[in-house]
Amino acid sequence: MSTDNQSTTDADADPGSDPETEFDAAELQALRERVDELEESIADVDTGDDQKKMTIVATQGSFDMAYPPLILGSTAAAFGWDVVVFHTFWGLDILHEEKSKNLKLSAVGNPNMPVPNAVAAIPGMDRMATRMMEKKIDENGTATIEELIELSLDQGVDLQACQMTIELMEYDEDDFYDGVTTGVGAATALQHMAESDIQLLV
Amino acid sequence: MSSEYDTTETLDVKGQSCPMPIVKTKQAIDDLDAGDVLEVVATDSGSMSDIQGWADGTDGVELLDQVEDGDLYTHHVKKTE
Repeated sequence: MSTDNQSTTDADADPGSDPETEFDAAELQALRERVDELEESIADVDTGDDQKKMTIVATQGSFDMAYPPLILGSTAAAFGWDVVVFHTFWGLDILHEEKSKNLKLSAVGNPNMPVPNAVAAIPGMDRMATRMMEKKIDENGTATIEELIELSLDQGVDLQACQMTIELMEYDEDDFYDGVTTGVGAATALQHMAESDIQLLV
Repeated sequence: MSSEYDTTETLDVKGQSCPMPIVKTKQAIDDLDAGDVLEVVATDSGSMSDIQGWADGTDGVELLDQVEDGDLYTHHVKKTE
């Protein structure tokens, strides 16, 4: 009880006499300006957060593996997200205007195929499996790869073709759909990934 | 299916599957004005969950209702801003 009284008395005794709690007008003004600055930068961060970003790295060029990045990319664009799909190695064939129309489903090593590998390896099996899948896709009302590419580009999805792979595969920049971004590499992809809320490797 | 909403435009995506109903809904909404209501008629059962998810995650749109009638899924989406 007596201790409480003592501390109250102490606090009452010298309020403001501590030199550290005294500010002159210039210091106060500087502090106010700093608070204003910080408030503004916080407001900027808040508005920047609304725009979600997604980066997909597409490395596969088989018929079935072309679909997931295109479907997710075009749907994310419908959400108003900023979307980059970076195509490298076989993934480049998805953006290749001619090759994209002839992507194949692999029958060999595909456990979902109704035939054993020994049969799947017979020449022509890949073509047959692809044709069956194309027929199913048509019957189901699922878009073609070409339609999804056009749709993605229309919606502002940035479809990027890895420059190193273009040269490795001896492709020409004119081989790709109009609107495809060329002249980009791993550093560009990493930069987008670092800024993205979602990063996927397909 | 008749609607209690004053529909500005109807989007027919019957026979089309994911992601078309969503992507075309978004494109149709872009062409409308604030306050307009878009009716989307789909046969894709996934459109029930997808359009709801899209509307929840997208600014400036409000999902008014979703009606399942046999094989038809009808959605009403309002452009709010």
